[in-house]
Amino acid sequence: MPEIRNFTLNFGPAHPAAHGVLRLVLEMDGETIVRADPHIGLLHRGTEKLAESKPYNQSIGYMDRLDYVSMMCNEHGYVLAIEKLLGITPPERALYIRTMFDEITRILNHLLWIGAHALDVGAMTMFLYAFREREDLMDAYEAVSGARLHATYYRPGGVYRDLPDVMPQFLPNRFRTEAEAKRLNANRGGSLLDFLEDFTNRFPGYVDEYETLLTDNRIWKQRLVGIGVVSPERALQLGFSGAMLRGSGVEWDLRKKQPYAAYDKMDFDIPVGVQGDSYDRYLVRVEEMRQSNRIIQQCIQWLRVNPGAVMLEDSKVAPPKRGEMKQDMEALIQHFKLMTEGYCLPEGEAYAAVEHPKGEFGCYIVSDGANKPYRLKVRAPGFAHLSALDEMTKGHMLADVVAIIGTQDIVFGEVDR
Amino acid sequence: MMEILANFFGAFLPVWMVTLLLILIKVVAIVLPLILLVAYATYAERKIIGFMQVRVGPNRVGFKGLLQPFADMFKLIFKEIVVPAKSNRFLFLIAPLLAMGPAFAAWAVIPFSDGMVLADVNAGLLFLLALTSLGIYGVIIAGWASNSKYAQLSAMRLGAQMVSYEIAMGFALVGVLMASGSLNLGDIVRAQSGSVFSWFVWPLFGLFVVYFISGVAETNRAPFDVAEGESEIVAGFHVEYSGMAFSIFFLAEYANMWLIAALTSLLFLGGWLSPFQGLTFLTDTPVIGLFFGDGIHWLLLKASFFMLLFFWFRATFPRYRYDQIMRLGWKILIPVTLVWIFAEGLAIALGWKPWL
Repeated sequence: MPEIRNFTLNFGPAHPAAHGVLRLVLEMDGETIVRADPHIGLLHRGTEKLAESKPYNQSIGYMDRLDYVSMMCNEHGYVLAIEKLLGITPPERALYIRTMFDEITRILNHLLWIGAHALDVGAMTMFLYAFREREDLMDAYEAVSGARLHATYYRPGGVYRDLPDVMPQFLPNRFRTEAEAKRLNANRGGSLLDFLEDFTNRFPGYVDEYETLLTDNRIWKQRLVGIGVVSPERALQLGFSGAMLRGSGVEWDLRKKQPYAAYDKMDFDIPVGVQGDSYDRYLVRVEEMRQSNRIIQQCIQWLRVNPGAVMLEDSKVAPPKRGEMKQDMEALIQHFKLMTEGYCLPEGEAYAAVEHPKGEFGCYIVSDGANKPYRLKVRAPGFAHLSALDEMTKGHMLADVVAIIGTQDIVFGEVDR
Repeated sequence: MMEILANFFGAFLPVWMVTLLLILIKVVAIVLPLILLVAYATYAERKIIGFMQVRVGPNRVGFKGLLQPFADMFKLIFKEIVVPAKSNRFLFLIAPLLAMGPAFAAWAVIPFSDGMVLADVNAGLLFLLALTSLGIYGVIIAGWASNSKYAQLSAMRLGAQMVSYEIAMGFALVGVLMASGSLNLGDIVRAQSGSVFSWFVWPLFGLFVVYFISGVAETNRAPFDVAEGESEIVAGFHVEYSGMAFSIFFLAEYANMWLIAALTSLLFLGGWLSPFQGLTFLTDTPVIGLFFGDGIHWLLLKASFFMLLFFWFRATFPRYRYDQIMRLGWKILIPVTLVWIFAEGLAIALGWKPWL
């Protein structure tokens, strides 16, 4: 009699549902998963080591590239750690701008997640709807920093520059008629804040649209309810954070528990799941999008009436103004020093964490008093989540593995670093 | 038309050759438009889904992208067919043909209009059942011969799925043949003549729904596309196929979709019968009567509507999990058909309308 053995399926790294470069070695009994073994490291770029050889400010751009769908939140974690060690606090307007862009980033991340998750489960239209809205937020990124993806906008001591008063416009060209360009420019007449306000007014309607497609859809529910259940105790033991933890029913959100930036002045709620399954995590993230929208609206209100500096007037960390540089020799020298040598941090260590869209994103900096970190450790939420993949998928079917990868919202930039 | 041709060839050819030639001409007359329909179904799908997903769809090749199917075809023809090193070469290459053959052969018994059919056989429905079941051999062989675990999983899924949905589909057909009293597709359509209200879709609504759902599952389209679900098993059974070998699978899938669409219209929606039948002031008017009267255009319109449904499903629904498909088939669709057939049988036995 032939021996019946489990068979091994090599899932990825070039698999359509691998969310980048996940390599899973699945041991399967027919369609059922016996063991899922995630192999990581295919996107390792040595960010932590690279940061050791550069002045502090030059590593901000690397932080963007960790979790490349929630760029500014990564920067926030890093910048916060430096500020903690320096003992400085940015001007209030900068804090509000950071809060606003953290929430824009959260929506960006959740939009990509809902698109990719739905695509994994087979509903492909969702992806394109989500990208339609992402486009607007990407334009906000671009307007404020010049880059649509890797912004490098936050700086220790504030943000790079104030919000722009005009939005970039679309121009007619070979593929875009005059009328079409006009239609695209319809909500770009005013400042960035006007543009964002228009978006926040439209966005709840879009979320309703997603929910009509998914939330009560029988197939969507069949695919998610009871899949990848994690109990609250187990979620804590596994080091979950963010929506993965809240989906299991633990009310934990750094924005409330240890407020940073301007979150203590914001009015928002933390959605919490009950069952701890993929469907609850889906609901939690959808509600987070609505809450983020609320926070953005509050920030817009505040930022409209409170102009002011967005960067510390501290020449130790902030470069001199452009105009001064043209007139003043000392300012030019100071600029040159800051851009090449940077600034030195006092000896010591600091850990600062932010509520990143995926969970707790923290940066641990050890400084020996030089102008670059002695050691930088990045605490990426995705790593802990991915470690639990085996436990979450055990006993489920192949199609559920894909759904669980989707619900974990894994991005390999931060897992592999 | 056929008589003229028969007389023309009969003048210098023996009788059997004339018959063979005429059949060949008919086959070409069916297959060529069918291939065109398949080509433009792909275009329509991309345009319609594009519309639903707020994007443009193909618009570069030809006017509004109308030549896109041909561009795709030429691209695929000139691509290399890669045969995996450890595959079974013979089976690997013959599998696409096994998938395509039945998909096209089934059209032999489809009546396009009154009397417009290649083979007016009495057991047309049985022939169709047999051929649509044969189609899965191509897929299973492709999955097995590819020597890939993804393809093998897909073949296993598809085999199980096809067997289960064949039953529901068969039962739905039993209801139709009970109502019409014939296995001949032409007779089934003629039994629905009268007016819109004598179409089988009204008394057999449950069977109609079951039939179409099974049809979607049978052609493994979304939301039942577990056999090629790209996010789970990449492309399933045709993951190792490239170029023309792949496009033949594609052709078979779309030909099957058209077949299901045409069959659903024939069996439940009166095929070529006009929905305005009986409204003589419309059908007897000289010019517009051509449109409002019966004819092949009605079959095409109805089939196109079902094709639209195929695309619409794909743009809207998430994919079922493999075991959920099985559950839907065995625990919902089959019981529905059984109950419906029983009720229908009772109605026939008791002589209730509409089956006197």
